[in-house]
Amino acid sequence: MGKTNTTDTGAGATAAEREQERVDSAAGERLSTAPREERPETGPQTGTGVPAMGVVGWIRWFWRQLTSMRVALILLFLLSLGAIPGSLIPQTSVDDLKVQNFKDQHTTLSPIYEKFQLFDVYSSVWFSAIYILLFVSLIGCIVPRTGQFVGQLRSRPPGAPKRLTRLPAYTTWRTEAGPEEVREAALGVLGKRRFRTHTVGDAVAAEKGYLREAGNLVFHVALIVMLVAFAAGQLFKSEGGKLVVEGDGFANTLTQYDDFKSGSLYDTDSLAPFSFVLDDFVGTYEESGPQRGTPRTFEARVKYTEGVEGPERKGVIRVNEPLVVDGTKVYLIAHGYAPVVTVRDGKGKVVSRNSVPLLPIDNNITSTGAIKVMDGYRDKNGVKTQLGFKAFFVPTFAGEGKGQMFSQFPGAEYPVLALSAYSGSLGVDSGLPQNVYQLDTSKMNEFKNEDDELLKKMLRPGEKLDLPDGGGSITFDGIEEWASFQISQQPGNGLALGGAVAAIAGLAASLFIQRRRVWVRAVRGADGVTVVEMAGLGRSESAKLPEELGDLAAALITTAPVAPEKPDAPENPDTNEAGSRPVHPAEAPAEGAEK
Amino acid sequence: MNLAAATNESLAHTSNVLIYSSMAVYTLAFFAHIAEWVLGSRSKVGRTAAALSGAAGSAAAPVVVQAGSTAVLERPKVVTRAAAGTRDVPDGPGAAGGTFKGDLWGRIAVSLTVVAFVVEAGGVITRALSVQRAPWANMYEFSITFSTVAVGAYLVLLALKKNVRWIGLPLVTTVLLDLGIAVTTLYTDSDQLVPALHSYWLWIHVSTAIICGAVFYLGAVGTVLYLFRDSYENKIASGGTPGKFAASVMERLPSASSLDKFAYRINAAVFPLWTFTIIAGAIWAGDAWGRYWGWDPKEVWSFITWVAYAAYLHARATAGWKGRKAAYLALVAFACWLFNYYGVNIFVTGLHSYAGV
Ligand code: HEM
Repeated sequence: MGKTNTTDTGAGATAAEREQERVDSAAGERLSTAPREERPETGPQTGTGVPAMGVVGWIRWFWRQLTSMRVALILLFLLSLGAIPGSLIPQTSVDDLKVQNFKDQHTTLSPIYEKFQLFDVYSSVWFSAIYILLFVSLIGCIVPRTGQFVGQLRSRPPGAPKRLTRLPAYTTWRTEAGPEEVREAALGVLGKRRFRTHTVGDAVAAEKGYLREAGNLVFHVALIVMLVAFAAGQLFKSEGGKLVVEGDGFANTLTQYDDFKSGSLYDTDSLAPFSFVLDDFVGTYEESGPQRGTPRTFEARVKYTEGVEGPERKGVIRVNEPLVVDGTKVYLIAHGYAPVVTVRDGKGKVVSRNSVPLLPIDNNITSTGAIKVMDGYRDKNGVKTQLGFKAFFVPTFAGEGKGQMFSQFPGAEYPVLALSAYSGSLGVDSGLPQNVYQLDTSKMNEFKNEDDELLKKMLRPGEKLDLPDGGGSITFDGIEEWASFQISQQPGNGLALGGAVAAIAGLAASLFIQRRRVWVRAVRGADGVTVVEMAGLGRSESAKLPEELGDLAAALITTAPVAPEKPDAPENPDTNEAGSRPVHPAEAPAEGAEK
Repeated sequence: MNLAAATNESLAHTSNVLIYSSMAVYTLAFFAHIAEWVLGSRSKVGRTAAALSGAAGSAAAPVVVQAGSTAVLERPKVVTRAAAGTRDVPDGPGAAGGTFKGDLWGRIAVSLTVVAFVVEAGGVITRALSVQRAPWANMYEFSITFSTVAVGAYLVLLALKKNVRWIGLPLVTTVLLDLGIAVTTLYTDSDQLVPALHSYWLWIHVSTAIICGAVFYLGAVGTVLYLFRDSYENKIASGGTPGKFAASVMERLPSASSLDKFAYRINAAVFPLWTFTIIAGAIWAGDAWGRYWGWDPKEVWSFITWVAYAAYLHARATAGWKGRKAAYLALVAFACWLFNYYGVNIFVTGLHSYAGV
């Protein structure tokens, strides 16, 4: 038959062949619980296109469509397609500022984008619709498949098809052992290899690899678990940022945050009560070589207190190692320098003494910022006014007259603070939100030096800048470091992780385990010699299946050895003739199966 | 400059020399493969055409084991048949076409590939030593590691006696391309590592990502060849005559169904590892950035790639989507992986800003 098998179901097939096809497909049936494909045109319609089944019929039809493999496939494809725009268009959830810039630059495009929620793809109506449909489909798929699978576990493997020669892997031999003996041995051999076996008629039916289906179901269920965990995390999470200078502390209450975001079901009462003090921030950097300046360690050494009056403990927070307190994680996000400055008035009285955090602008921590003196300062005439200084700080200065004032190294090896001085109104009372790192000089006057230019000076620690006309001074006392932290609480992480692990395990089982059936038929021929036939069927063709069948046959042959050749064996059309002539599949025994 | 720094720079230099040397050896392997294909074209095999146009006899008839009078426990011969609906076409003989000379050049090509692989792996390792960290923090390092792993996977399959020598020429060609791009446009001196990369997750997450990409690549080559070979078989089966060159090349490849199975096995075997890569990345992001999933462009494209491969696996299990349609999906999925690797680093800015281009 060989290659003609591809035309078996064609027009030329005889009734007998079609019957055979049916028996064979019954043997291969339910080797998987995948839903059977429906043709797209099988709607609840009659030929004339009039709905024939009413509302219930339509709903059932729709449900069947939704839970079919074809629609699952299309939805998966749509999901990946739908995720694309979010990676190319700036997203509010990722970077608010970028979205704002984009909107400023593309005034015609932006309203259209907004209409399609393209700045919030992953929470948009259409994206949600795709994945919700997919997950409904998934549930609609898992439930019946689980039922079927349990049914399969309870039932036994189907009996042997009539013509085993038609199966993907086949072997046969003749033996002196009796058919019962062979079947008994087959049950033993297969059973030992953890096949589920039983005897149907003249053949042993066996099946193995149920774990594949189980793994597949576990994987799909795990996807749902992960989605639920993710959704819970989004709804109940909270996340906030806080910048802390060495020596300062933070207590986990809403008012202490620099910025705070939370999920829609989040309750601010559930902020875990704890506090910490930043004792010391340590940043070390490669000192030499081509990698000079590469950060080696970033460590925030803290003392923290769990609860309101818990014992104080020591902890270290690193970039990849958050501090975990009571389910809340404290991440180290950024760090920088905070020069300590003292401002004095004309009489030498200390007006303020602060460490002022500055923002890094490059990898070597060249930093900028503003020093603001809100109140307490009076000028030489005793008039109340505010002071402002623009600050520029480099932890390692290149040296006098060496180009621009940019830092050469991130560590504080030769720190220099450059200040320029202003007085007047800082504008803090205007009600507009103020950036603490910027100085609004629109209502301020420059202090002038002897050449009538803006008063500026580069200071080393301990040095001071005198304001003109006995107006006081500002002293650069020293340097503290600051660290900024993200404090976040997200329930559901454990569940998501559990789901992920289950998903991988299930997936591996589903993809690496073959589900397969093996049949062993033993029939006594007319000459009294038993003909053994073995065949295997897998879900997909696999090189391993014939190999395994060979192993099984080899094991079985120890109890049912190959019978010596009888050259004078009578020609019998009803039995499998084990002579020098290869048996053609079409002539394989047909009646044995009928017993 | 101190001594340690000097050794680092000389190691980096050694690494560059090794990478260039491996390119030279790969080029030799490339020419040896060409010789294999050219010499192999002289054999007249004609098996595929014969099998498809009905000239061949019944190949799949079971052979009954015969034992002589000596009762040896002979292992019975297992007869295999193609499943209904697939063509029962034998695999081609390989690039050498069964010719002795072609085969000799093929063996030379494989030997040269082994040498080039060892040299290239040396280049990757010295690079790692020179920067004292995992050698995959920028696109240059990523590229050289990527092609090393792809060739390594191919050699492992060869060592396991799998029928994969047909992939040699396309693989060596693209490895040369990859290295060419790496040393010209992507090259970066050993550079600073952002603190977020200071983590053992760098080893886990990035190494599995590279392995996945390299092996997915082998699968994609198999898929492309499957599509060509399938059209070729279709043409013959429907009575057409393919062009002489096409016939000569296609003739020698494995059958369409073998190529398809190869691609499927590769993709299916790597998919769980890709799933793991994404989950490991999420865990790392959770530690480094304080959220495990934030729709950063790199994350988005990993997700897209993952869903596309899931769609491919579903397609294989769905009637009406097997075969060519599924193959197109597999190629789309690999294109997503490639875009994630090159496109996202170059065109899109995100937190994964290690591109260094
Ligand atoms: C959430 C999206 C989904 C993902 C990511 C997904 C993923 C996968 C993967 C990777 C496989 C491959 C395992 C294998 O080949 O054995 C698979 C198999 C399968 N999936 Fe899904 N799936 C999803 C949704 C669905 C839905 C909605 C259905 C039901 C309509 C479904 C039904 C199946 C079935 C029946 C198989 C087994 C196919 C087989 O027996 O080879 N899946 N799925």
